Amino acid sequence: MKPAPFEYHAPETVEDACGLLAEYGDEAKVLAGGQSLVPMLALRLTRFEHLVDVNRVGELGGFARENGTLVVQAATRQRVMEREALVAAAAPLLARATPLIGHFQIRNRGTVGGSLAHADPASEYPAVAVALGAELELARRGGARRRVAADDFFVGTWTTTAEPDELLVAARFPVWPERSGFAIEEVARRHGDFALAGVACAVSAGRAGIALFGVGSTPIRARAAEEAWVAGAAPDEVAEAAVRELDPPTDVHATASTRVRIARHLVERAVVRAQEELRAAG
Amino acid sequence: MLPVEMAVNGERRRGVVEPRLTLADYLREHCALTGTHLGCEHGVCGACTVLLDGEAVRACLMFAVQAEGGDVTTIEGLGGPDGALSTVQDAFREEHGLQCGFCTPGFVVSVTALLRENPQPTEIEIREALSGNLCRCTGYQGIISAVERAAGAAQ
Ligand SMILES: Cc1cc2nc3c(=O)[nH]c(=O)nc-3n(C[C@H](O)[C@H](O)[C@H](O)COP(=O)(O)OP(=O)(O)OC[C@H]3O[C@@H](n4cnc5c(N)ncnc54)[C@H](O)[C@@H]3O)c2cc1C
Ligand code: FES
Ligand code: FES
Repeated sequence: MKPAPFEYHAPETVEDACGLLAEYGDEAKVLAGGQSLVPMLALRLTRFEHLVDVNRVGELGGFARENGTLVVQAATRQRVMEREALVAAAAPLLARATPLIGHFQIRNRGTVGGSLAHADPASEYPAVAVALGAELELARRGGARRRVAADDFFVGTWTTTAEPDELLVAARFPVWPERSGFAIEEVARRHGDFALAGVACAVSAGRAGIALFGVGSTPIRARAAEEAWVAGAAPDEVAEAAVRELDPPTDVHATASTRVRIARHLVERAVVRAQEELRAAG
Repeated sequence: MLPVEMAVNGERRRGVVEPRLTLADYLREHCALTGTHLGCEHGVCGACTVLLDGEAVRACLMFAVQAEGGDVTTIEGLGGPDGALSTVQDAFREEHGLQCGFCTPGFVVSVTALLRENPQPTEIEIREALSGNLCRCTGYQGIISAVERAAGAAQ
Protein backbone atom coordinates (compact mmCIF):
# COMPACT_ATOMS: atom_id res chain seq x y z
CA MET A 1 0.00 0.00 0.00
CA LYS A 2 2.08 2.88 -1.21
CA PRO A 3 -0.12 5.91 -1.95
CA ALA A 4 -1.06 8.26 0.88
CA PRO A 5 -4.66 7.91 2.16
CA PHE A 6 -7.46 9.58 0.23
CA GLU A 7 -11.21 9.66 0.19
CA TYR A 8 -12.66 7.76 -2.76
CA HIS A 9 -15.66 9.00 -4.75
CA ALA A 10 -17.32 7.11 -7.58
CA PRO A 11 -19.94 9.40 -9.12
CA GLU A 12 -22.21 8.08 -11.87
CA THR A 13 -22.99 11.29 -13.74
CA VAL A 14 -20.96 14.14 -15.18
CA GLU A 15 -22.90 16.56 -12.99
CA ASP A 16 -22.05 14.66 -9.81
CA ALA A 17 -18.39 14.40 -10.82
CA CYS A 18 -18.27 18.16 -11.52
CA GLY A 19 -20.03 18.80 -8.20
CA LEU A 20 -17.29 16.93 -6.33
CA LEU A 21 -14.56 18.82 -8.21
CA ALA A 22 -16.25 22.13 -7.40
CA GLU A 23 -16.66 21.18 -3.75
CA TYR A 24 -13.08 19.99 -3.12
CA GLY A 25 -11.17 22.21 -5.57
CA ASP A 26 -7.40 21.73 -5.42
CA GLU A 27 -7.75 18.84 -2.97
CA ALA A 28 -9.49 16.66 -5.54
CA LYS A 29 -8.17 14.88 -8.62
CA VAL A 30 -9.95 12.96 -11.34
CA LEU A 31 -9.03 9.26 -11.52
CA ALA A 32 -9.58 7.86 -15.02
CA GLY A 33 -7.49 4.91 -16.27
CA GLY A 34 -5.02 5.50 -13.46
CA GLN A 35 -2.07 4.61 -15.70
CA SER A 36 -0.35 7.94 -15.03
CA LEU A 37 -1.98 9.09 -11.81
CA VAL A 38 -1.57 5.88 -9.79
CA PRO A 39 2.20 5.60 -10.45
CA MET A 40 2.56 9.22 -9.34
CA LEU A 41 0.58 8.48 -6.19
CA ALA A 42 2.56 5.28 -5.56
CA LEU A 43 5.85 7.14 -5.88
CA ARG A 44 4.37 9.89 -3.71
CA LEU A 45 5.22 12.47 -6.32
CA THR A 46 1.79 13.84 -5.57
CA ARG A 47 -1.12 13.35 -3.17
CA PHE A 48 -4.74 14.36 -3.04
CA GLU A 49 -7.32 14.26 -0.28
CA HIS A 50 -10.05 13.18 -2.72
CA LEU A 51 -10.02 11.05 -5.82
CA VAL A 52 -13.00 11.32 -8.14
CA ASP A 53 -13.15 8.06 -10.10
CA VAL A 54 -14.94 8.65 -13.41
CA ASN A 55 -14.95 5.01 -14.51
CA ARG A 56 -18.59 4.59 -13.50
CA VAL A 57 -19.83 7.66 -15.33
CA GLY A 58 -21.67 5.99 -18.22
CA GLU A 59 -21.94 9.21 -20.28
CA LEU A 60 -18.14 9.44 -20.41
CA GLY A 61 -17.68 6.17 -22.33
CA GLY A 62 -18.11 5.70 -26.06
CA PHE A 63 -17.62 7.52 -29.33
CA ALA A 64 -19.75 8.61 -32.27
CA ARG A 65 -19.39 10.28 -35.61
CA GLU A 66 -21.48 13.43 -35.66
CA ASN A 67 -21.47 14.94 -39.15
CA GLY A 68 -17.89 16.06 -39.67
CA THR A 69 -16.61 15.23 -36.20
CA LEU A 70 -15.52 12.11 -34.34
CA VAL A 71 -16.58 12.72 -30.75
CA VAL A 72 -14.74 10.52 -28.26
CA GLN A 73 -16.03 10.61 -24.68
CA ALA A 74 -13.21 11.24 -22.24
CA ALA A 75 -13.23 7.95 -20.31
CA THR A 76 -13.23 5.77 -23.44
CA ARG A 77 -10.36 3.27 -23.18
CA GLN A 78 -7.41 3.81 -25.49
CA ARG A 79 -7.74 0.18 -26.57
CA VAL A 80 -11.09 0.97 -28.20
CA MET A 81 -9.34 3.42 -30.54
CA GLU A 82 -7.22 0.65 -32.07
CA ARG A 83 -10.03 -1.89 -32.32
CA GLU A 84 -12.92 0.00 -33.88
CA ALA A 85 -13.25 0.32 -37.65
CA LEU A 86 -15.32 3.49 -37.25
CA VAL A 87 -12.42 5.22 -35.50
CA ALA A 88 -9.93 4.05 -38.14
CA ALA A 89 -12.22 5.43 -40.86
CA ALA A 90 -13.04 8.78 -39.22
CA ALA A 91 -9.67 9.55 -37.65
CA PRO A 92 -6.95 7.27 -39.06
CA LEU A 93 -4.23 9.17 -37.23
CA LEU A 94 -5.87 8.53 -33.85
CA ALA A 95 -6.18 4.81 -34.59
CA ARG A 96 -2.58 4.53 -35.79
CA ALA A 97 -1.16 6.47 -32.84
CA THR A 98 -2.76 4.16 -30.30
CA PRO A 99 -0.54 1.06 -30.57
CA LEU A 100 2.45 3.33 -29.88
CA ILE A 101 1.12 4.09 -26.39
CA GLY A 102 2.80 1.92 -23.76
CA HIS A 103 1.68 -1.71 -23.86
CA PHE A 104 -1.69 -3.33 -24.46
CA GLN A 105 -2.22 -3.84 -20.74
CA ILE A 106 -1.79 -0.08 -20.26
CA ARG A 107 -4.18 0.77 -23.11
CA ASN A 108 -6.80 -1.61 -21.70
CA ARG A 109 -7.19 0.80 -18.76
CA GLY A 110 -5.78 4.12 -20.01
CA THR A 111 -8.36 6.52 -21.40
CA VAL A 112 -8.32 8.98 -24.29
CA GLY A 113 -9.28 11.87 -22.04
CA GLY A 114 -6.77 10.85 -19.40
CA SER A 115 -3.90 11.03 -21.86
CA LEU A 116 -5.04 14.45 -23.11
CA ALA A 117 -5.69 15.86 -19.63
CA HIS A 118 -2.39 14.48 -18.32
CA ALA A 119 -0.59 16.40 -21.11
CA ASP A 120 2.72 14.61 -21.04
CA PRO A 121 4.82 16.34 -23.71
CA ALA A 122 6.06 12.97 -25.02
CA SER A 123 2.52 11.58 -25.40
CA GLU A 124 1.04 10.70 -28.77
CA TYR A 125 -2.59 11.82 -28.34
CA PRO A 126 -1.92 15.49 -27.56
CA ALA A 127 0.14 15.75 -30.76
CA VAL A 128 -2.58 13.97 -32.74
CA ALA A 129 -5.16 16.39 -31.35
CA VAL A 130 -3.04 19.39 -32.35
CA ALA A 131 -2.20 18.04 -35.82
CA LEU A 132 -5.84 17.29 -36.64
CA GLY A 133 -7.21 20.51 -35.13
CA ALA A 134 -9.27 18.82 -32.41
CA GLU A 135 -11.28 20.55 -29.70
CA LEU A 136 -11.53 19.55 -26.06
CA GLU A 137 -14.86 19.89 -24.31
CA LEU A 138 -14.83 20.78 -20.61
CA ALA A 139 -17.71 20.70 -18.13
CA ARG A 140 -18.32 22.46 -14.83
CA ARG A 141 -20.88 22.12 -12.08
CA GLY A 142 -24.27 23.47 -13.15
CA GLY A 143 -23.99 22.20 -16.72
CA ALA A 144 -21.68 24.89 -18.09
CA ARG A 145 -19.62 23.62 -21.02
CA ARG A 146 -16.82 25.16 -23.03
CA ARG A 147 -14.68 24.02 -25.91
CA VAL A 148 -10.97 24.71 -26.21
CA ALA A 149 -8.92 24.22 -29.37
CA ALA A 150 -6.11 21.69 -28.82
CA ASP A 151 -3.72 24.47 -29.88
CA ASP A 152 -4.72 26.45 -26.78
CA PHE A 153 -5.16 23.53 -24.37
CA PHE A 154 -1.58 22.40 -23.76
CA VAL A 155 0.46 25.03 -21.94
CA GLY A 156 3.32 23.13 -20.28
CA THR A 157 4.54 19.78 -19.00
CA TRP A 158 1.51 18.10 -17.38
CA THR A 159 -0.29 21.44 -17.57
CA THR A 160 -3.40 22.43 -19.51
CA THR A 161 -5.78 25.36 -19.47
CA ALA A 162 -8.43 23.20 -17.75
CA GLU A 163 -9.27 24.55 -14.29
CA PRO A 164 -9.18 22.20 -11.26
CA ASP A 165 -12.98 22.20 -11.11
CA GLU A 166 -13.37 21.35 -14.79
CA LEU A 167 -13.91 17.85 -16.11
CA LEU A 168 -12.75 16.95 -19.60
CA VAL A 169 -15.83 15.28 -21.07
CA ALA A 170 -14.95 14.73 -24.72
CA ALA A 171 -12.37 15.16 -27.44
CA ARG A 172 -13.76 16.26 -30.79
CA PHE A 173 -11.62 15.23 -33.77
CA PRO A 174 -12.60 16.80 -37.09
CA VAL A 175 -13.00 14.21 -39.85
CA TRP A 176 -10.54 15.22 -42.58
CA PRO A 177 -11.56 14.99 -46.25
CA GLU A 178 -11.74 11.61 -48.01
CA ARG A 179 -8.59 12.59 -49.88
CA SER A 180 -6.07 13.02 -47.10
CA GLY A 181 -2.84 11.44 -45.97
CA PHE A 182 -1.72 10.78 -42.39
CA ALA A 183 1.41 9.55 -40.66
CA ILE A 184 2.80 9.22 -37.16
CA GLU A 185 6.44 8.41 -36.56
CA GLU A 186 8.44 8.15 -33.36
CA VAL A 187 11.69 6.86 -31.93
CA ALA A 188 11.65 5.25 -28.49
CA ARG A 189 14.35 3.24 -26.74
CA ARG A 190 12.11 0.17 -26.55
CA HIS A 191 8.64 -0.57 -27.85
CA GLY A 192 6.18 1.03 -25.44
CA ASP A 193 8.56 3.57 -23.96
CA PHE A 194 7.75 7.23 -24.15
CA ALA A 195 9.15 8.69 -27.38
CA LEU A 196 12.51 10.50 -27.50
CA ALA A 197 10.96 12.43 -30.36
CA GLY A 198 7.96 11.98 -32.60
CA VAL A 199 5.67 13.65 -35.10
CA ALA A 200 2.04 13.35 -36.12
CA CYS A 201 0.96 14.83 -39.42
CA ALA A 202 -1.99 15.16 -41.76
CA VAL A 203 -2.34 16.57 -45.26
CA SER A 204 -5.15 17.23 -47.71
CA ALA A 205 -5.66 19.64 -50.61
CA GLY A 206 -4.56 23.08 -49.38
CA ARG A 207 -4.17 22.04 -45.75
CA ALA A 208 -1.54 20.43 -43.55
CA GLY A 209 -1.16 19.76 -39.83
CA ILE A 210 2.14 18.90 -38.17
CA ALA A 211 2.70 18.43 -34.44
CA LEU A 212 5.91 17.23 -32.81
CA PHE A 213 6.10 15.49 -29.44
CA GLY A 214 8.88 14.70 -26.98
CA VAL A 215 10.84 17.77 -28.03
CA GLY A 216 9.46 20.51 -25.78
CA SER A 217 7.19 21.07 -22.80
CA THR A 218 4.03 20.70 -24.93
CA PRO A 219 3.16 19.19 -28.30
CA ILE A 220 4.65 21.65 -30.80
CA ARG A 221 2.70 22.78 -33.82
CA ALA A 222 5.08 23.39 -36.72
CA ARG A 223 3.23 26.19 -38.50
CA ALA A 224 6.04 27.32 -40.79
CA ALA A 225 6.51 23.73 -41.92
CA GLU A 226 2.77 23.34 -42.53
CA GLU A 227 2.83 26.43 -44.74
CA ALA A 228 5.88 25.22 -46.61
CA TRP A 229 4.22 21.85 -47.18
CA VAL A 230 1.02 23.39 -48.51
CA ALA A 231 3.11 25.64 -50.77
CA GLY A 232 4.69 22.52 -52.29
CA ALA A 233 8.06 22.37 -50.53
CA ALA A 234 10.00 19.08 -50.67
CA PRO A 235 9.87 16.80 -47.58
CA ASP A 236 13.40 17.68 -46.45
CA GLU A 237 12.55 21.40 -46.63
CA VAL A 238 9.39 20.82 -44.62
CA ALA A 239 11.46 18.88 -42.07
CA GLU A 240 14.06 21.66 -41.89
CA ALA A 241 11.32 24.23 -41.25
CA ALA A 242 9.75 22.02 -38.57
CA VAL A 243 12.88 21.76 -36.43
CA ARG A 244 14.35 25.24 -37.01
CA GLU A 245 13.10 26.70 -33.76
CA LEU A 246 13.04 23.60 -31.61
CA ASP A 247 14.64 23.78 -28.18
CA PRO A 248 14.22 20.26 -26.81
CA PRO A 249 15.35 19.05 -23.38
CA THR A 250 18.57 17.16 -22.70
CA ASP A 251 18.18 14.25 -20.30
CA VAL A 252 19.63 10.80 -19.63
CA HIS A 253 17.85 9.43 -22.69
CA ALA A 254 19.08 11.87 -25.33
CA THR A 255 20.74 15.24 -25.75
CA ALA A 256 18.91 18.19 -27.27
CA SER A 257 20.84 17.98 -30.51
CA THR A 258 20.16 14.25 -30.86
CA ARG A 259 16.48 14.94 -30.40
CA VAL A 260 16.52 17.62 -33.09
CA ARG A 261 18.26 15.30 -35.54
CA ILE A 262 15.82 12.50 -34.81
CA ALA A 263 12.88 14.87 -35.15
CA ARG A 264 14.12 16.19 -38.48
CA HIS A 265 14.45 12.69 -39.84
CA LEU A 266 11.04 11.66 -38.54
CA VAL A 267 9.28 14.70 -40.01
CA GLU A 268 10.79 14.01 -43.39
CA ARG A 269 9.72 10.37 -43.27
CA ALA A 270 6.22 11.22 -42.04
CA VAL A 271 5.73 13.86 -44.73
CA VAL A 272 6.79 11.39 -47.42
CA ARG A 273 4.39 8.74 -46.08
CA ALA A 274 1.45 11.11 -45.72
CA GLN A 275 2.10 12.53 -49.16
CA GLU A 276 2.13 9.02 -50.65
CA GLU A 277 -1.13 8.21 -48.96
CA LEU A 278 -2.70 11.41 -50.24
CA ARG A 279 -1.57 10.57 -53.76
CA ALA A 280 -2.93 7.02 -53.50
CA ALA A 281 -6.29 8.48 -52.41
CA GLY A 282 -6.54 10.08 -55.84
CA MET B 1 -12.86 1.80 4.88
CA LEU B 2 -15.12 0.69 2.05
CA PRO B 3 -16.86 -2.59 1.30
CA VAL B 4 -15.91 -4.26 -1.95
CA GLU B 5 -17.23 -7.32 -3.73
CA MET B 6 -15.85 -9.00 -6.82
CA ALA B 7 -15.41 -12.43 -8.36
CA VAL B 8 -11.88 -13.80 -8.12
CA ASN B 9 -11.18 -16.94 -10.12
CA GLY B 10 -14.91 -17.62 -10.18
CA GLU B 11 -15.39 -17.25 -6.42
CA ARG B 12 -17.32 -14.34 -4.83
CA ARG B 13 -15.07 -12.34 -2.54
CA ARG B 14 -16.26 -9.72 -0.11
CA GLY B 15 -13.93 -7.45 1.79
CA VAL B 16 -13.64 -4.16 3.59
CA VAL B 17 -10.64 -2.17 2.45
CA GLU B 18 -8.90 1.16 2.54
CA PRO B 19 -9.45 2.96 -0.77
CA ARG B 20 -5.68 3.19 -1.31
CA LEU B 21 -5.27 -0.60 -1.24
CA THR B 22 -4.30 -1.68 -4.74
CA LEU B 23 -6.01 -4.62 -6.40
CA ALA B 24 -2.64 -6.42 -6.33
CA ASP B 25 -2.33 -6.02 -2.56
CA TYR B 26 -5.96 -7.06 -2.12
CA LEU B 27 -5.37 -10.27 -4.07
CA ARG B 28 -2.15 -11.07 -2.24
CA GLU B 29 -3.05 -10.07 1.30
CA HIS B 30 -6.82 -10.39 1.56
CA CYS B 31 -7.37 -13.31 -0.82
CA ALA B 32 -4.03 -15.03 -0.07
CA LEU B 33 -3.44 -15.35 -3.81
CA THR B 34 0.26 -14.63 -3.84
CA GLY B 35 0.77 -15.76 -7.43
CA THR B 36 0.20 -12.16 -8.53
CA HIS B 37 3.67 -10.70 -8.04
CA LEU B 38 4.72 -7.13 -7.39
CA GLY B 39 7.94 -5.87 -8.94
CA CYS B 40 7.89 -2.16 -9.57
CA GLU B 41 4.43 -1.13 -8.32
CA HIS B 42 4.23 1.61 -10.91
CA GLY B 43 3.16 -0.07 -14.09
CA VAL B 44 6.44 -0.90 -15.79
CA CYS B 45 7.38 -4.53 -15.10
CA GLY B 46 4.10 -6.37 -15.72
CA ALA B 47 4.60 -8.91 -12.89
CA CYS B 48 1.20 -7.97 -11.41
CA THR B 49 -0.82 -8.51 -14.60
CA VAL B 50 -4.28 -10.06 -14.05
CA LEU B 51 -7.41 -10.35 -16.16
CA LEU B 52 -10.23 -7.97 -15.29
CA ASP B 53 -13.42 -8.86 -17.16
CA GLY B 54 -11.21 -10.79 -19.57
CA GLU B 55 -8.74 -7.97 -20.33
CA ALA B 56 -5.12 -7.96 -19.12
CA VAL B 57 -4.48 -5.08 -16.73
CA ARG B 58 -1.90 -3.97 -14.17
CA ALA B 59 -3.18 -4.91 -10.71
CA CYS B 60 -0.73 -2.42 -9.17
CA LEU B 61 -2.37 0.50 -11.03
CA MET B 62 -5.93 -0.13 -9.84
CA PHE B 63 -7.44 0.23 -6.44
CA ALA B 64 -9.35 -2.77 -5.14
CA VAL B 65 -12.47 -0.61 -4.75
CA GLN B 66 -12.40 0.03 -8.50
CA ALA B 67 -12.85 -3.68 -9.19
CA GLU B 68 -16.24 -3.60 -7.44
CA GLY B 69 -18.59 -5.91 -9.35
CA GLY B 70 -15.76 -7.07 -11.61
CA ASP B 71 -14.53 -10.49 -12.60
CA VAL B 72 -10.84 -11.01 -11.82
CA THR B 73 -8.69 -13.93 -12.97
CA THR B 74 -5.24 -14.41 -11.50
CA ILE B 75 -2.54 -16.93 -12.37
CA GLU B 76 -4.13 -19.29 -9.83
CA GLY B 77 -7.32 -19.29 -11.92
CA LEU B 78 -5.77 -20.29 -15.25
CA GLY B 79 -5.04 -23.98 -14.63
CA GLY B 80 -7.61 -26.75 -14.36
CA PRO B 81 -9.47 -27.38 -11.07
CA ASP B 82 -7.35 -30.51 -10.57
CA GLY B 83 -4.17 -28.47 -10.82
CA ALA B 84 -3.56 -29.31 -14.48
CA LEU B 85 -1.49 -26.69 -16.28
CA SER B 86 -3.14 -24.51 -18.92
CA THR B 87 -1.85 -24.73 -22.49
CA VAL B 88 0.19 -21.58 -21.96
CA GLN B 89 1.65 -22.77 -18.65
CA ASP B 90 2.57 -26.09 -20.16
CA ALA B 91 4.28 -24.40 -23.11
CA PHE B 92 6.34 -22.23 -20.71
CA ARG B 93 7.52 -25.38 -18.96
CA GLU B 94 8.32 -27.22 -22.18
CA GLU B 95 10.26 -24.31 -23.68
CA HIS B 96 12.09 -23.25 -20.50
CA GLY B 97 10.20 -19.96 -20.58
CA LEU B 98 11.01 -19.41 -16.91
CA GLN B 99 13.92 -19.59 -14.53
CA CYS B 100 13.35 -17.90 -11.17
CA GLY B 101 9.64 -17.56 -11.96
CA PHE B 102 9.17 -14.07 -10.56
CA CYS B 103 7.96 -12.58 -13.83
CA THR B 104 6.14 -15.72 -14.94
CA PRO B 105 2.60 -15.10 -13.64
CA GLY B 106 2.51 -11.75 -15.44
CA PHE B 107 3.80 -13.28 -18.65
CA VAL B 108 1.39 -16.21 -18.54
CA VAL B 109 -1.61 -13.94 -17.91
CA SER B 110 -0.54 -11.52 -20.68
CA VAL B 111 0.06 -14.36 -23.15
CA THR B 112 -3.30 -15.91 -22.28
CA ALA B 113 -5.00 -12.59 -23.13
CA LEU B 114 -2.91 -12.19 -26.29
CA LEU B 115 -3.78 -15.64 -27.66
CA ARG B 116 -7.48 -15.21 -26.95
CA GLU B 117 -7.52 -12.10 -29.10
CA ASN B 118 -4.95 -13.18 -31.66
CA PRO B 119 -4.63 -16.99 -31.69
CA GLN B 120 -1.90 -17.05 -34.37
CA PRO B 121 0.38 -14.08 -33.69
CA THR B 122 3.46 -13.47 -35.79
CA GLU B 123 6.82 -13.26 -34.05
CA ILE B 124 6.72 -9.47 -34.28
CA GLU B 125 3.25 -9.41 -32.74
CA ILE B 126 4.45 -11.67 -29.94
CA ARG B 127 7.43 -9.42 -29.21
CA GLU B 128 5.26 -6.29 -29.22
CA ALA B 129 2.66 -7.89 -26.97
CA LEU B 130 5.35 -8.98 -24.49
CA SER B 131 7.03 -5.56 -24.40
CA GLY B 132 5.04 -4.77 -21.27
CA ASN B 133 6.54 -7.62 -19.24
CA LEU B 134 10.12 -7.64 -18.00
CA CYS B 135 12.16 -10.77 -17.29
CA ARG B 136 15.62 -10.61 -15.76
CA CYS B 137 16.52 -14.28 -16.24
CA THR B 138 15.51 -15.94 -19.45
CA GLY B 139 16.67 -13.56 -22.16
CA TYR B 140 13.12 -13.85 -23.55
CA GLN B 141 13.88 -16.42 -26.27
CA GLY B 142 12.35 -19.28 -24.31
CA ILE B 143 9.30 -17.14 -23.64
CA ILE B 144 8.84 -16.34 -27.33
CA SER B 145 9.15 -20.06 -28.14
CA ALA B 146 6.60 -20.85 -25.45
CA VAL B 147 4.08 -18.47 -27.01
CA GLU B 148 4.68 -20.04 -30.41
CA ARG B 149 4.24 -23.50 -28.94
CA ALA B 150 1.04 -22.51 -27.13
CA ALA B 151 -0.36 -20.95 -30.31
CA GLY B 152 0.50 -24.12 -32.24
CA ALA B 153 -1.00 -26.39 -29.58
CA ALA B 154 -4.27 -24.47 -29.63
CA GLN B 155 -4.56 -24.78 -33.39
C1 LIG C 1 4.41 1.57 -18.43
C2 LIG C 1 3.66 2.73 -19.01
C3 LIG C 1 3.97 3.18 -20.29
C4 LIG C 1 3.29 4.26 -20.86
N1 LIG C 1 3.65 4.67 -22.11
C5 LIG C 1 2.98 5.70 -22.67
C6 LIG C 1 3.31 6.16 -23.98
O1 LIG C 1 4.20 5.62 -24.65
N2 LIG C 1 2.61 7.20 -24.50
C7 LIG C 1 1.61 7.81 -23.78
O2 LIG C 1 0.99 8.74 -24.30
N3 LIG C 1 1.28 7.41 -22.56
C8 LIG C 1 1.94 6.37 -21.98
N4 LIG C 1 1.58 5.98 -20.73
C9 LIG C 1 0.52 6.73 -20.01
C10 LIG C 1 -0.85 6.25 -20.39
O3 LIG C 1 -1.16 6.56 -21.73
C11 LIG C 1 -1.93 6.85 -19.50
O4 LIG C 1 -3.04 6.02 -19.66
C12 LIG C 1 -2.37 8.26 -19.80
O5 LIG C 1 -1.30 9.15 -19.81
C13 LIG C 1 -3.32 8.77 -18.72
O6 LIG C 1 -4.59 8.28 -18.94
P1 LIG C 1 -5.43 7.62 -17.78
O7 LIG C 1 -6.79 7.42 -18.30
O8 LIG C 1 -4.71 6.43 -17.30
O9 LIG C 1 -5.49 8.79 -16.71
P2 LIG C 1 -5.15 8.88 -15.17
O10 LIG C 1 -3.83 8.30 -14.88
O11 LIG C 1 -6.31 8.39 -14.39
O12 LIG C 1 -5.09 10.46 -15.02
C14 LIG C 1 -4.00 11.22 -15.54
C15 LIG C 1 -4.22 12.70 -15.24
O13 LIG C 1 -5.28 13.23 -16.02
C16 LIG C 1 -6.33 13.73 -15.20
N5 LIG C 1 -7.60 13.35 -15.84
C17 LIG C 1 -7.91 12.13 -16.33
N6 LIG C 1 -9.13 12.14 -16.90
C18 LIG C 1 -9.61 13.42 -16.75
C19 LIG C 1 -10.81 14.07 -17.14
N7 LIG C 1 -11.79 13.42 -17.79
N8 LIG C 1 -10.96 15.38 -16.84
C20 LIG C 1 -9.97 16.07 -16.20
N9 LIG C 1 -8.81 15.50 -15.81
C21 LIG C 1 -8.63 14.19 -16.08
C22 LIG C 1 -6.12 13.07 -13.85
O14 LIG C 1 -6.67 13.86 -12.83
C23 LIG C 1 -4.62 12.97 -13.80
O15 LIG C 1 -4.06 14.19 -13.42
C24 LIG C 1 2.24 4.90 -20.13
C25 LIG C 1 1.91 4.46 -18.86
C26 LIG C 1 2.60 3.38 -18.29
C27 LIG C 1 2.23 2.93 -16.91
S1 FES D 1 4.21 -4.39 -10.18
FE1 FES D 1 2.62 -3.77 -11.52
S2 FES D 1 3.69 -3.38 -13.33
FE2 FES D 1 5.32 -3.78 -11.94
S1 FES E 1 12.25 -15.95 -14.89
FE1 FES E 1 13.29 -14.70 -13.46
S2 FES E 1 12.54 -12.73 -13.96
FE2 FES E 1 11.73 -13.93 -15.53
